[in-house]
Amino acid sequence: MRIKILGTGCPNCKILEKNTKEAIEELNLKAEVEKVTDITEIMEYGIMSTPALVVDEKVVSYGKVLSSEEIKKLLK
Amino acid sequence: MVDIFYPFQWIADKFTYNLFNLARETHLAESINFIIYDVLKIFFLLILMIFIVTYIRSYVTPEKTKKILGNKKGILPNFIASLVGTVTPFCSCSSVPLFIGFVEAGVPLGATFSFLITSPLVNEAAIAVLLGIFGLKITLIYVISGILIGTIGGYIIGLLKMENHVADFVYKIKSKEIEEKKKTQKERVQFAIGEVKSIFKKVWIYIIIGVSLGGIFHGFAPEGILEKYTNNIFGVPIATLIGIPLYSNVLGMIPIIESLVAKGLPIGTALAFLMAVTALSLPEIIILKKVLKKKLIIAFIVITGLAILFTGYLFNLII
Repeated sequence: MRIKILGTGCPNCKILEKNTKEAIEELNLKAEVEKVTDITEIMEYGIMSTPALVVDEKVVSYGKVLSSEEIKKLLK
Repeated sequence: MVDIFYPFQWIADKFTYNLFNLARETHLAESINFIIYDVLKIFFLLILMIFIVTYIRSYVTPEKTKKILGNKKGILPNFIASLVGTVTPFCSCSSVPLFIGFVEAGVPLGATFSFLITSPLVNEAAIAVLLGIFGLKITLIYVISGILIGTIGGYIIGLLKMENHVADFVYKIKSKEIEEKKKTQKERVQFAIGEVKSIFKKVWIYIIIGVSLGGIFHGFAPEGILEKYTNNIFGVPIATLIGIPLYSNVLGMIPIIESLVAKGLPIGTALAFLMAVTALSLPEIIILKKVLKKKLIIAFIVITGLAILFTGYLFNLII
């Protein structure tokens, strides 16, 4: 599983990254987490509100800081 | 009419006269009573406003907006963009993706700017604090002029035809269409509650500080002390110019400004200052530099600044 966090580096993006790592750990998943801060790359996903969460190249959430509980539901 | 804020007065009284045991009708007791009452009232309004606006926001996403605004002409898209700007959140870090997304979807540059101007200027937290501190009339004036500044400011920028002053890479980006998931009512309410929590956590301390400083100033500075210095033709431009580099928390600023108004600062000057602080902030300008060339940034600052000046003078004249 490849997970990407899209965000230009605002505090919210960092919280999302932290929550995502927590969720992965708790679910015992094998997943790679990558942070995408390049604006061109972010825009290619079609989102305008950051932070966004991308799982296997699919945008699963944007414009929202998900809690690790919410992320768990998305990853299952 | 029943005073819906009465419970807060009751709590403030209990705290001041029973818990802290302060003597009634002293300067200190009255100031503390006033601060507790105002903080409680603003907290209440803040929670209410954030909830209502973020609930509406779950329907008006920027992704949807760009579809509505794409390829429309005239001043109407500016007005719509400005209106949408009032309910969308704005932190300077989201301005670049929003800007690119709009431009890329074919939203006219002017309408994009209408959105960029109003979005930080009119936001739910500022409305709540303005309501609590200045009352309904001034809040309405602020909101309506904010929407008009965005509409007209963006329209003028559109007339300047500065499309070639947008950073070149912006036009090269091709983004995928994104599918929007249908949200359930429960999800919308949960989203609103989440936003209430996260915004409240960020701002409560500034409100306590702002109200306290305002309260101290109310209690100790003589009435009308500022009138002599601020009631002149230069008041508005000076207030606007001071407001631009001042990137402070506008929410904490509002109670302080109100106490200055009580001491004679003209209301138009005060509004111009608050608008300059929110609409034109240095960090935002720095971030926008990534996507705008110099001339367009200058046009944005000058036009928004002039619109704020005009509003300030207008309200000094008519209120």
